[in-house]
Amino acid sequence: MLNRIYDWIDDRIDITPIWRDVADHEVPEHVNPAYHFSAFVYCFGGLTFFITVIQILSGMFLTMYYVPDIVNAWNSVYYLQHDVAAGLIVRGMHHWGASLVVVMMFLHTLRVFFTGSYKAPRELNWVVGVLLFLVMLGLAFTGYLLPWDMKALFATKVGLDIAESVPFVGEWIKTLLAGDETIIGAQTLTRFFAIHVFFLPAALFVLMAIHFIMIRRQGISGPL
Amino acid sequence: MKRGKGLTFVGDSRIQKYDKPKLNRDYSEFPGRTEEFYPDFLLKEWVTGAVFLIGFLCLTVAHPAPLERVADPTDTGYIPLPDWYFLFLYQILKYTYASGPFNIIGAMVIPGLGVGALLLAPWLDNNKERRWTKRPVAAAMMLISFGIIFYTTWESVAYHDWETQNQQGQIVFSNLDTEDPVFQDLIRSNCTSCHGGELTGGSGPNLIEPDLNAETVNAFVTNGSGDMPAFEDQLTEEEIQQISEFVANLELTSRDEAENSSN
Repeated sequence: MLNRIYDWIDDRIDITPIWRDVADHEVPEHVNPAYHFSAFVYCFGGLTFFITVIQILSGMFLTMYYVPDIVNAWNSVYYLQHDVAAGLIVRGMHHWGASLVVVMMFLHTLRVFFTGSYKAPRELNWVVGVLLFLVMLGLAFTGYLLPWDMKALFATKVGLDIAESVPFVGEWIKTLLAGDETIIGAQTLTRFFAIHVFFLPAALFVLMAIHFIMIRRQGISGPL
Repeated sequence: MKRGKGLTFVGDSRIQKYDKPKLNRDYSEFPGRTEEFYPDFLLKEWVTGAVFLIGFLCLTVAHPAPLERVADPTDTGYIPLPDWYFLFLYQILKYTYASGPFNIIGAMVIPGLGVGALLLAPWLDNNKERRWTKRPVAAAMMLISFGIIFYTTWESVAYHDWETQNQQGQIVFSNLDTEDPVFQDLIRSNCTSCHGGELTGGSGPNLIEPDLNAETVNAFVTNGSGDMPAFEDQLTEEEIQQISEFVANLELTSRDEAENSSN
């Protein structure tokens, strides 16, 4: 039955090549921890992706309760934390996942660097990877404000002050992010929310797609 | 992709004939045993992922995500702290030659050089050698950067006043009425910079929890104590009395009562 459905779809849109690209390939010995335990360093990229998926899913559930305005934001997080079934776990996953994704991404960067995997012909993928790193840090920075508690507000204040101290464009950047030249308030929260759940994830998805397509086209770098 | 003259096709103008060898080498060229990604390797990945997820869930249950009290922009005594992965930058900005008049170095030059070098790494380190021991300059630069990030993060954590940090953001529900004129006019200008925006403590002690009477508070405000200055000269006796009564009246309440009293 399943085979017949597959064949029916395949007859029309030829999905076998897509399946080949996604799953039908060999895993070489030098990256397989089952053969050499030290090859676990090649897992950091996959773990980064895994935690990113956790972040996306837990974030989707958080937005079911979260309200991005300064009157209700904190109350909605408090409610989520204390009254919603499993709210503590979902928010915990998103909170700790943010730290873990930074750690894993950092380890992945170090692995790619020290195995020299960014060398020709993989330069472009390295550049995309660095951009992904920056997008992730942007997500971490904007997400930190959203619970609208004391640490969120004052850490964001410091971050925006640093942005403001950049010569020439600093004040412009600050106003763009905060929605006002001096006040960090309602506008800032909605802007950070929009950046956190729409702008940066869009950039993240595009960059991740490019990152993975390039890996598939070029393959994993060979053994040292 | 090659364009224009010299482009050749395989009998069909849509399919180009490649004269370059494929970039994606077949893994049979690599020495050793390969394994099918699907289903063998994927199953192992799946199991590893499941084990990781269980550990991760245990972490979230053992250490719930922190939530401090609701943001209060008027609380000027709060010591800000970014999330830990930005601590290194926060620490660098405290150094003499990366802050104040040299702020541009800490805020622009150092992060700019770091990100720039990282982005351009493939062209800065462009010889064919992949082993890190054979490219000492690149490897040393990365190790030094890693060392700096590690050290500054450690320094930031080690020299931070964690006692005040943990005290200052606590969620405390009290009968504090921030609309009260005594709070608006007197306490906000004299007390909150040390005792916290909701008087739950900062560099000075918590004023909500201890069971203080008006005479004790009056004596503290009039004469000062320890690090606390005397307010005898700045406030009238009547003002001190108003503050004392207001503070003496403070107590912890349940969340519902706290919401009622502030609305």
